[in-house]
Amino acid sequence: MKDQFEEIALLKGLATNDKKAVETIYQENFNMVQSLIINNNGSSDDAKDIFQEAMIVLYEKARSGTFELNCQIKTFVYSVSKRLWLKRLQQQNRYTATSDNLEDVVPVENELEEHEKINAEFNLMEKALNNLGEPCKSLLEAYYLKKQNMQVIALNFGYTNADNAKNQKYKCLMRLKKIFFTDYKNGKEDGGY
Amino acid sequence: MEDTKLLDIVERYIKGEMNPDERLHFETLRKSNAEIDQLVVEHTLFLQQMNRFGEWKKFRSSLNDVHTQLTEQGKIDSTRLKGKAKVIYLVKRYKRVAAIAAVIAGVTTITISALVNTFNPKVDNAQITSLSRDIQYIKQKQNVQTNEVNQLKNKITTTQIPFKAGGSGFLIDGKGYLVTNAHIIRNSKNIVVINNKGDQFKAIIAKIFFDKDIAILKIEDDTYKQTGSLPYGIRKSSTDVAEPIFTLGYPRNEIVYSEGYLSAKTGFNGDTLSCQLGIAANRGNSGGPVFNHDGEIIGIISSKEMAAEGVAFAIQSKYIYSAIDDLKKDTTFQSIKVPAKSSVRGMDKKQQVKKIQDFVFMVKGD
Repeated sequence: MKDQFEEIALLKGLATNDKKAVETIYQENFNMVQSLIINNNGSSDDAKDIFQEAMIVLYEKARSGTFELNCQIKTFVYSVSKRLWLKRLQQQNRYTATSDNLEDVVPVENELEEHEKINAEFNLMEKALNNLGEPCKSLLEAYYLKKQNMQVIALNFGYTNADNAKNQKYKCLMRLKKIFFTDYKNGKEDGGY
Repeated sequence: MEDTKLLDIVERYIKGEMNPDERLHFETLRKSNAEIDQLVVEHTLFLQQMNRFGEWKKFRSSLNDVHTQLTEQGKIDSTRLKGKAKVIYLVKRYKRVAAIAAVIAGVTTITISALVNTFNPKVDNAQITSLSRDIQYIKQKQNVQTNEVNQLKNKITTTQIPFKAGGSGFLIDGKGYLVTNAHIIRNSKNIVVINNKGDQFKAIIAKIFFDKDIAILKIEDDTYKQTGSLPYGIRKSSTDVAEPIFTLGYPRNEIVYSEGYLSAKTGFNGDTLSCQLGIAANRGNSGGPVFNHDGEIIGIISSKEMAAEGVAFAIQSKYIYSAIDDLKKDTTFQSIKVPAKSSVRGMDKKQQVKKIQDFVFMVKGD
């Protein structure tokens, strides 16, 4: 049994994307998930995908602040991985019958539902950004994601001054917001992402 | 230009970069202007989304970094699957391929064996049974007898030979040459022949032809008296279909007569060595002669079909000649003379059988 405080500390680290915490959780759980996937018709690449997806679910949960540690991290990651893998098998029509050892250890339906929603939104954002094309995409990423200031951006992108860069950023942003909010609304109305 | 500035202000407000005065001023503006208020709400949502998106992307890429790093350090087993994990993975991965390959192999095997069976005229042993008579009593008692024989070995001078195999045979030369089936005496070291009077003579194998299922025996016994001529002849040419035939043999310990007809010129599955008879034959009839109505031997009963009653197969008599020709190459057997003409021709069946029966023997081997 792992010390509970240690686990809470790990989750706190995970929420802030602390490298040490991510490494520790990764190292302690990956092999377990990999053998689960490989024993159920998967490859090591599948294992990597599924495990990282589960890590993101854990990350989201840790960040939401509502994560009460009612089970070990290991149990949670295992359960999530299992659900994700079953789902993928079903989507690929490769899932035949429930192996007896594939029942859930802890119920993770809510977390997965939430995760899917967030995933869908982020995929939407990624799509919208990609649709912008260059230099808009890089410009917006530099400002909003990398949080660079306008002087640096103007220099890097070759604008004569920060105001021109700001002007360009504004145009790009308007386009992005238009694409994003259109898709977002459509997605919501359709009820699917 | 106005919009650009406005957005800049909104962003500074959301990020908390304004000084208190500015902030107060902006908040009053927000309250009085619904459009600006809406822009703030919308942009706040958007920025939140962007922030989370950025972190999400960062987390994803850091996961990949960690994965690569841990793999390099050997702290997780990824991509470098070893031992059992690799075997399991490969098995799972190629299970379907293997199954398909196995099915193809199976189908091919079946097809080939089907083709082989179709084109190979060889006798199917499962469908056909040898008429060699097993002597049940001796079979059952053999162990007991062997024990008794061993116990009595010292007291009695002659050894009792337990005969397991039995069938019929017939003389082809009065000097003591008999023809029977090779399969009857296949594994026998000691052979005795018994006539219908119950006289028993020891015999040896002069020559055995497994391919034709013919064996030629020579009686080597002092009590045997040579006879002059045989009442029957052996037919060289083939016989017509539907010709009535009869046989004499020892399915029991007594000579048994049965009659029928020649139903086909070839044997089981078109075997040209033999011919097909419509006759009731039993174990023990094997090796017995098949006569036509002239009293000529047209074949040697050899086997019967399992699937159908009243169907038996006989080796065509012309192969007796070829067997004897072979045998004559050995100088000791050069004097052998086979009767070609039947002397019972034109007699009625009862008379024929009466004359012939003394020359049909029971053959027993151990």
